[in-house]
Formats: sequence, C-alpha cells, structure tokens
Amino acid sequence: MTFREIKDFIAAQFGAEVIVSENTDNLQPYLVLQPERLAEVCFELHDNEATYFDFLSSVTGIDNGPEAGTMEVVYNLYSIPYDHHLMLKVIVPRNSTPAEPIPVVPTVSYIWRTADWQEREIFDLVGILFKDHPDMRRILCAADWEGHPLRRDYQLQDYYHGIKVPYDQHNENSGFRGEPVKLISHEDPFTDKREKPEA
Amino acid sequence: MNIPQDKTGEGGVIITKLDDLLNWARLTSLFPMGFGLACCAIEMMGAYASGYDLDRFGIIPRASPRQSDVMIVAGTVTFKMADRVRRLYEQMPEPRYVISMGSCSNCGGPYWEHGYHVVKGVDRIIPVDVYVPGCPPRPEALIGGFLRLQEIIRQETIREPRAVQQIMAKRMRNDELTMNNEEAEKANGAVKTNSAESGMSHDPSKPDDQQNLDA
Repeated sequence: MTFREIKDFIAAQFGAEVIVSENTDNLQPYLVLQPERLAEVCFELHDNEATYFDFLSSVTGIDNGPEAGTMEVVYNLYSIPYDHHLMLKVIVPRNSTPAEPIPVVPTVSYIWRTADWQEREIFDLVGILFKDHPDMRRILCAADWEGHPLRRDYQLQDYYHGIKVPYDQHNENSGFRGEPVKLISHEDPFTDKREKPEA
Repeated sequence: MNIPQDKTGEGGVIITKLDDLLNWARLTSLFPMGFGLACCAIEMMGAYASGYDLDRFGIIPRASPRQSDVMIVAGTVTFKMADRVRRLYEQMPEPRYVISMGSCSNCGGPYWEHGYHVVKGVDRIIPVDVYVPGCPPRPEALIGGFLRLQEIIRQETIREPRAVQQIMAKRMRNDELTMNNEEAEKANGAVKTNSAESGMSHDPSKPDDQQNLDA
C-alpha cells in the first residue's frame, strides 16, 4: 500500500479526525495522530490483513524544548510480507517542572513486544509516561536517579549517594567554554549497607 | 637434636629483614579480583591470557573479593555501578590495593563533560594506588601498572602499616563529621555524653605495634 492508501484506510476505519496532520514533504512522510486514539489505530494496523504492520522498527521520544512546549513520540512501522513502511507521530504537551503532570501516551507494548523496553527507555531518558505499560520503570539510569537526562532543560544533580557528580576543574580544563558549575545541594553521607528487613 | 649443622654454610639459611620477606610475599602473589566493567576489561583479559601471561608475575585472578589483594577497575564506572564497586572493595581483606585502569576510571574519560551517568574518576568512591592511562591501555601498560604497584608494596614496612593509618585517618574524619553534626543538632547546649569522642582518642601517629617493635 502507498502512503496515500494507508492514510485513506485509517480515515475510513476511525474517521478523519483521528489524523491531526500529515507531512508528505519528507522523504519519509508521516501522519500525526491523536494521542488518545494511537493504540487502537496501531492495533488495527497490526491486525488487519490489508496493512499487516507486524514489525515495529523503532520508537523514538523527542523533547522539543520548553519554548515549543511539546514532546513527540515517533513510531516507525514496517510490514515484512507487504514490504511497506509507515511513520506515525503523536505530539503531547510538555511539563517544565516536576510539579506539572508528566506527558502521557498510550502504550503499544501489548501489540509489539519490542515496544516494552523502548518505551521504558523513553520514560527513563526523556520523561514520557506510557499509559497501561506493564512495567513502567527506569531501564538505564539508577532507580533513584533524579530527572530525565535527555531533556533539553536537564540539570545534573550535584551529588548521588554522596558521590559528587560534576567534573571538578570543568572550566579550567575545557578552556572556559561552559558556564561555571555551582553546587547548590550538600553532600550527605550515604551508606549502601542494607537494613535487615523487619520480620 | 639431629639438626644438620654442616648445612648452614651452604645457603640453607637465608637472613633477611622481616619487612622484605613480607613485602616479597605480597608483591609476588598479587591476586586481582576477576571483574571488568567495559572495553578496558578486554585488554585486561588479553594481559591475563597466554600472550602476555600475567601468571608469571604471580598475578592470578580470583573469583571472590574475599580472596583478592588487588582490584583492577577496568572500565567506565557508572553511578549505577558505583555502589557495587564500593561494596566489592569493602569486601576485600587488608592489605588491599586498587589499580584504576583507563581514562574512564581515572577521570571520567570521554564522558567527563556531558556524561551524566559516569563517575568522574573511581577515586571519588575508593582510594586508588596506581592509575594506568590509556583508552584502553595496552596490556603492556597494565603490566607497567602492576610493576609500579610492586614498587609501592616494596616500600612498605610493618612499623607503619599503611592500612592502619588509612583506617585511623578515616575514623578520625568520620568522628569529626559526626561530632560536627551532633554539635549542630545540640546547638541549644544540651549536655550529652559523646561516645564517639571517647572512641577516637587513640593516637594514630603512634600505633601499638610500633611500640612493641621499639621495645
């Protein structure tokens, strides 16, 4: 199927309002879908014999920064028997402070199992929560890490378990390129001795 | 007693300093802990293997920290791994030594500026005796690090055990910390018996074994 046919297929199945916008100027055209209806569209694209997108090549999380105020998740689908591609996007509002609600996108991990760890990685590094995901934990960073490192406005924490995080002579060694590193928190003694669990 | 007295002039008896004997025993049987963190560990394994054959220096990897003398930190130490590295070091018996192998564990390596996940030098967690530069260092460089460590051990003496000094210095520091914290907490002037203070009254500059040796 061509991109045009797939788009008409989705519009016929779910109504034209599910497609928020499209971009056909790229080498790889994409559709922007409504975030809340993403999972059912993906499920149909996966199961329907006309499309049969049985392979999720990649899931990507993008932070557009505090100015844009949006975050994106990009899905690259591929059908092995039909040899056709489709790129889907969802765009969700971004939270600038931890107090605001974290962006939420429905999970597709029950459709493609490969999305399980990829969604966990997006949650870990960019900070997008996947609704109904079976195991929404951090996958790479330590479980008690603060913040999401690949966000545009990410601030490194000063201490982790009593270990100073920033490099010491940052400015001297980098030729005064960066901003001076000012520590705002204090080192608190940390012990990794495990407490005996209470019986 | 039928001790063969006639043998004594023929090299059957060796006279040496106890220091030299102990140091010789230690520096010729350095058992490193068999663990690696990243690509430096590949070079370390190359140094263990038959091509460079660290066995000929008496360097044989052991499977447990409790049987090891040396920890080779070979690779990138992430913050997730930092607690584990510290814990493994604490499980090693004294005397223990640390070789930091490669740029990552020396100072953070290529992750020094933008690596949010890398400890900028393993010496932020555990004390390091020898730093081996390189990215990764060749097996020759690791052997050079071991030779340097052997030189360090050769200078040691039981009159001033380094490990005891380190422990006492650490204890002093911790007690000062707890004292400072307690003073800050008890700023209202409440009288409290300071058990930590009485525990640290031991003078590290004059350890007991030194007095025994002088006697």
